[in-house]
Amino acid sequence: MNHRPALGSVLLYLAAALIVAVSVGPFLYMVATSFKTGSALFDSSIWPKDPSLRNYTALFEGAQPFGRHLLNSVMVATLTVSGALLLAVTASYALGRIRFKGKGLLMLTLLGVSMFPQVAVLSGMFELIQALGLFNRAIGLVVPYTIFTLPFTVWILTTFMRELPNELEEAAIMDGCGPLRIIFQVFMPLLWPALVSTGLLAFIGAWNEFLFALTFIVEDDQRTVPVGISLIAGATAFEIPWGTIMAASVIVTLPLLVLVLVFQKKIVSGLTAGAVKG
Amino acid sequence: MSRIDFQQVNKRYGPSLPLTIKDATLTVEDGEFCVFVGPSGCGKSTLLRCVAGLEDITSGELLFNGQRMNDLPPAKRGVAMVFQSYALYPHMTVAQNMAFGLQVMGSDKAAIAAKVGAAADILQLTPLMDRLPKMLSGGQRQRVAIGRAIVKAPKVFLFDEPLSNLDAALRVQTRLEIAKLHHDLGSASMIYVTHDQVEAMTLANKIVLLHTGALIEQRGSVAQVGSPMTLYHRPASTFVAEFIGSPKMNLLPGKLLHAEAGHAQVEVAGQAVTAAVDAGGLAVGSAVQLGVRPEHLRVSVDGEGEGEGAGLPATLLHGERLGDSSLLYVNVGAGLPTLTVKVDGSVSRPAGSALMLRLLPEQLHLFDSAGQACRRTVDLPT
Amino acid sequence: MNNRVRTAWLFLAPMLILMAVVAAWPLLRSIWFAFTETNINNLAASRFVGLDNFIGPYGLFFNPNYTDGFWQSDWGTAIRNTFQFAFVSVALETLAGLGVALLLNQEFKGRTFVRTAVLVPWAIPTIVSAKMWGWMLHDQFGVVNQLLLDAGLIAQKIAWTADADTAMWSVVAVDVWKTTPFIALLILAALQTLPKDCYEAAKVDGVHPLRLFWKVTLPLIRQPLLVAVVFRLLDALRVFDLIYVLTANDSSTISMSGLVMREMVDAGNVGFGSAASTSLFLIIMLSAAVFLRLTRVKLADAP
Repeated sequence: MNHRPALGSVLLYLAAALIVAVSVGPFLYMVATSFKTGSALFDSSIWPKDPSLRNYTALFEGAQPFGRHLLNSVMVATLTVSGALLLAVTASYALGRIRFKGKGLLMLTLLGVSMFPQVAVLSGMFELIQALGLFNRAIGLVVPYTIFTLPFTVWILTTFMRELPNELEEAAIMDGCGPLRIIFQVFMPLLWPALVSTGLLAFIGAWNEFLFALTFIVEDDQRTVPVGISLIAGATAFEIPWGTIMAASVIVTLPLLVLVLVFQKKIVSGLTAGAVKG
Repeated sequence: MSRIDFQQVNKRYGPSLPLTIKDATLTVEDGEFCVFVGPSGCGKSTLLRCVAGLEDITSGELLFNGQRMNDLPPAKRGVAMVFQSYALYPHMTVAQNMAFGLQVMGSDKAAIAAKVGAAADILQLTPLMDRLPKMLSGGQRQRVAIGRAIVKAPKVFLFDEPLSNLDAALRVQTRLEIAKLHHDLGSASMIYVTHDQVEAMTLANKIVLLHTGALIEQRGSVAQVGSPMTLYHRPASTFVAEFIGSPKMNLLPGKLLHAEAGHAQVEVAGQAVTAAVDAGGLAVGSAVQLGVRPEHLRVSVDGEGEGEGAGLPATLLHGERLGDSSLLYVNVGAGLPTLTVKVDGSVSRPAGSALMLRLLPEQLHLFDSAGQACRRTVDLPT
Repeated sequence: MNNRVRTAWLFLAPMLILMAVVAAWPLLRSIWFAFTETNINNLAASRFVGLDNFIGPYGLFFNPNYTDGFWQSDWGTAIRNTFQFAFVSVALETLAGLGVALLLNQEFKGRTFVRTAVLVPWAIPTIVSAKMWGWMLHDQFGVVNQLLLDAGLIAQKIAWTADADTAMWSVVAVDVWKTTPFIALLILAALQTLPKDCYEAAKVDGVHPLRLFWKVTLPLIRQPLLVAVVFRLLDALRVFDLIYVLTANDSSTISMSGLVMREMVDAGNVGFGSAASTSLFLIIMLSAAVFLRLTRVKLADAP
């Protein structure tokens, strides 16, 4: 432990406190607001005088079928991520462990795809979704979501695949394993933490998606959560139900927050694997 | 039956890259313990991996008992490999590690259990069967790696520097165990790769010493094939002579004065020295190198041993005492390399003392200007 | 080993085919639509109009109807807004991220707690952030106005997200709040891979910490830092969600993606909207090339 001058320490802890306040403060305020109802919303005290759960119950009774939205989001995100991971496992083995011509170009293209703006494919995707009969159906969102989920999972899993020791693979070859057995019986047990964190990050990405969800779904029942929240309206055109909106936000954020905090080490390593080493 | 033939094997990693292995032609006999040894970059691991099937052979033939193996995948060759880092499956227990290969091959459970049990007995692994690799010591992991190989009852065992990750004491013990294993398993051949010439000398029936660097291109990959004693007593070139034996053989530049049947006279350091070699093929006056191992140089004190071989006056530069023996570094003349002399016991003379070295003819080697050895005419152990 | 190569392509095939279907095909079709006049309610009936959507009286660029000049037109404004947003946002995020990372790199009590706390803004969905900050920045009932008023920093409440002068800044502020954790964590990871011995040597030599930072730390983390910055810039250029939900999405804040959505979905003009989206695509590709060139960043390691 190195000796730090007293002033330095004070400044350090002050800065740390400020950072924590700025980071967590708004979220806490959001939670506080969600417990305020009626005119309490409009007074300036931070914490409600009599907190109530009315905003939360109103969510599930209101015009927007919030419960349905949650289910839709869960279904879409889960399907997208499961599909992407399945394909990404074999693809990342090829990219991470086999030398072949054109690999560099392929990886660069994958990166490029995940970088291009969603609107660039909007009209074409619109046409495709309609042709497949998936317009205005939540499950149809899996199609556009694959555009960014698949390259992302492949990219991250490739960096993890690369790290696996060569001799382990060779021992498996000597034991008579073909590539599929190597992936699923030898590498998978070592990779599953990476799969979890990659899956988690991909899930969060799919969960938060807004643009495609806004464009391709017009029926309230089929909407996903982000669009659902943005559409929560009050009894009249001029009344914005902030309390209810905050309640919805809390419900949506809490599980994500818990997941991210529990898995934070793995998530950080997943993110940085792509950036610092890639 | 486990005879391996290399016929003019060449290996190149890329079309524009130099040959890693050139014109390797050798035979590993049935049940032999053959050691591939050489300095780094000599391709010994590559050659081993060619036998395993983990590397392709660019040209040439690899035969097991006369059957061409070049295109067969590793699992179909009847070989088993022990890796340098053991390469145990981290998520499987010892028992599962050993059983895995057999499961992949489709053997039935009872047969697998029997074979695994037998191997565990031989290697004293039975109390460790349910442990994961991370709960084992280095030596124990080593044995599991060997057990994994035994279970497959291969015709050929391949060892890739298996002792290099162990500490010195464990290395000696494991070396003995491997020697015993070879003895017990009888019919299987073993190919063993190491950079340590002590392991080579002690374990091998046959040593294959491989060239490195430019010598590969000039002379082919194989420097010499022979028993340990052959390589020690009759090195085919200065490369072999300097690799085998520690400390290295001393080499003195000289000129051939005279060659007759069974003897040759050479001028080194201003002295005429007789060596028991056949230099018939060399021209008189040609440049040669006289070789003598540090342990074969005599230091005579006060004129003793007069008349036994040539006497070379020398000055002591520096002495190192190892307890059982001493190494003396001596100067025999300006521009000549420093000679190393190994003597028994503790010798403590001051630096600068004058010594007399005796070179006995039957202890000397002679090499031509290209480094090739002349045949020694003495009776030597094989 | 040719076997291996064949296996590689076999394993890549499903992914490649899927990407071709969901990405390549829609992209190509969108580009095609850019050269047509199509209405969203009837995609099948499209009329080929060549470059009309791009250039000319109905086009995005070189439009004679742009009486105030290109940069005052809707499209020009959108481009302007987007680039302003991207550069300002990323610059602030990087500075803030650097600060937070340097702080977290120090050892102090409660470090893990701070590191966890810092992740919170990043974990919150963009829409939620937008709504949450929208509430806090509310002109009448927002807590920000309340605090500033009480502290005497402003004379009257400001309509942060509605007022043309402040709307873009509020977007930048929320984006910086949300993304700084990501940059901070990336930089922290890079900082933690730095070899400790040169710092110890510097301490023995008595080098001033600021000097150390400039001459040693910064050059060593330059590579991952630049990768992060380029990533973020390209990401920021396609911004839509935040602006759409937080602000009125009018000319003071509308982004390029926002304009595409407005034209294509709200106005139903698929041809024109596709021309805008294709232009956006090209602008981003161009920007990527320029950024990578300027920073000489190596994106993909040789296998």
